[in-house]
Amino acid sequence: MTEIFVLAEHRQGQIRDITFEMLTKGKELAEKTNTDLTAVLLGKDVKEHAKTISEYAKKVFLVEDAKLENFNSEAYQKVLSNLTKEHKPLLTMIGHTSFGVDLAPSLAAALKLPLATDCIDLAFEGETLVITRQMYGGKVNVKAKVRKSESYIVTVRQAAFAAQKPNISGETMEVSSPLTEETTEKRFIEYVSPPPGGVDITAAEVLVGIGRGIKDESNMPMVEELAKALGGVLACSRPIVDKGWLSTDRQVGSSGKTVKPKLYIALGISGAFQHVLGMKNSDLIIAVNKDSNAPIFSFADYGVVDDLFKIAPALKDKIQELKG
Amino acid sequence: MDIIVCVKHVPETAEAEIKIDATGKAIEKTGLVFDINEWDDYALEEAVRIKEKSGGTVTAITVGPEDTDSTLRKCLARGADKAMRLTDPKFQGSDSYAIAKILQSTIKGLSFDLILTGALAGDDGYTMVGPILAELLGIQHATMVKKIEFDDGVAKVNRELEGGLEEKTEVKMPAVLSIQTGINEPRYVSIMGIRKAMKKEIKVLGLADIGLSESEVGETGSWIKVEKIFVPPAEKQAEFIKGSPEEVTTKIAEILKSRGLI
Repeated sequence: MTEIFVLAEHRQGQIRDITFEMLTKGKELAEKTNTDLTAVLLGKDVKEHAKTISEYAKKVFLVEDAKLENFNSEAYQKVLSNLTKEHKPLLTMIGHTSFGVDLAPSLAAALKLPLATDCIDLAFEGETLVITRQMYGGKVNVKAKVRKSESYIVTVRQAAFAAQKPNISGETMEVSSPLTEETTEKRFIEYVSPPPGGVDITAAEVLVGIGRGIKDESNMPMVEELAKALGGVLACSRPIVDKGWLSTDRQVGSSGKTVKPKLYIALGISGAFQHVLGMKNSDLIIAVNKDSNAPIFSFADYGVVDDLFKIAPALKDKIQELKG
Repeated sequence: MDIIVCVKHVPETAEAEIKIDATGKAIEKTGLVFDINEWDDYALEEAVRIKEKSGGTVTAITVGPEDTDSTLRKCLARGADKAMRLTDPKFQGSDSYAIAKILQSTIKGLSFDLILTGALAGDDGYTMVGPILAELLGIQHATMVKKIEFDDGVAKVNRELEGGLEEKTEVKMPAVLSIQTGINEPRYVSIMGIRKAMKKEIKVLGLADIGLSESEVGETGSWIKVEKIFVPPAEKQAEFIKGSPEEVTTKIAEILKSRGLI
């Protein structure tokens, strides 16, 4: 019987959520395809992690090596190539994370196995893997067939599947590390934390989130005033930080902060997944966007399809008027 | 340093309303404005900055039909020295894997110290051309790069991780680095630059020139075959507030008041 591999992702002593999300989906796929679910855990001194993960998978392959202490695609690729060649898993699931996108493509190319990235759903139709993913910043979904193969590799979008703890007590099998010589072509040096910012957007009760629709830096004071009128602070999606209009500590989303304010007003934010991941659990979301089909409207409680340059100043005036 | 930058010509859709076309497998392209992929724009700028600092050349390469020339012209205007377009009807239907093979077959004959790509493309978002290209060329890679420093045959890069964290990683050169947006501030193009760029040659190569077989490109050479595209099913649907700005903001104020937010 073949198996489904889930590559465990962990960083700085923490198992990352994507691991449990993939193990949950992996279990469902294993049951449907009559295969076993195997978690693959690489690291140094990670037996505790192995114990936690064994509650989600029938088997845990544990490979421990000082060279695997921090993520390194070169070292990880060597270990995973060996395991894949030996066990020929039907499917290997890797997170579509910064870690996963550095590893999965070169691993797939080296093994000549087909790869589908950033999947939000997976199913087997016979022996063919059928995946769902998004294009154009989440404006459309794509259903696609992956070229027929004995073994597939996918990267899975964060939060695409909800993690559920099953009633499993799996077995951990230690596998000796195949890394013999020192890895020389790629080397992890250190983690770099962002500089502490002046504003903690995760503590704010009201956030006015701005995106690409703001168009020009000269429009910043207008939204700043709205935020002030509401007693809140400005937050933003990635393009605003890229342009240097707000600092990194204001960024909401997968590469920024996760926020849960009482009110989140999204202005000119289309609602790409990377941003939505950081704000969808806000108590109340009001979105203003010119495009009635913008994905943000699938996450907002209230939507306004209009020009934010008309709505935002009018709302500021209205709030100020009410507050006297 | 001789740098190759791989760029893609994509429709701008961030603020456009998009429609699914009659085939059900692609979006309606008419009416959309095409430009250099946003991530590639940062990659090109980074390459030009490295050249300006330490000398060498920048070559921009794209795979696509003739109308992608506008993206290559933009690269030339921004400071690229040479431009190459890989064009063949057989390339139609290529996914990122097939594109990486086309690029590899072309690049292996060129001399280079560094290859830069965008971390992903704003249209299909596969996030894989750079590291696959590196693997096929037998060199190292780093993705999601936010900072580059060079030191004695290695590139020291900052990779963006989740939650605002970065990691510093060292890769041996030559390497492929996939660039994340925000690494720099892409420059505006001067009128002079555009005029000069119009006169520069764009080298065009096809399937036969790069020595790949037909089965390695297009749909047969790809991993992914699109079956259909569709509007994502909504988790929930916002309640739309309609009317004049006065009516809309009055309603919003009522909602905020009822929740004790004002």
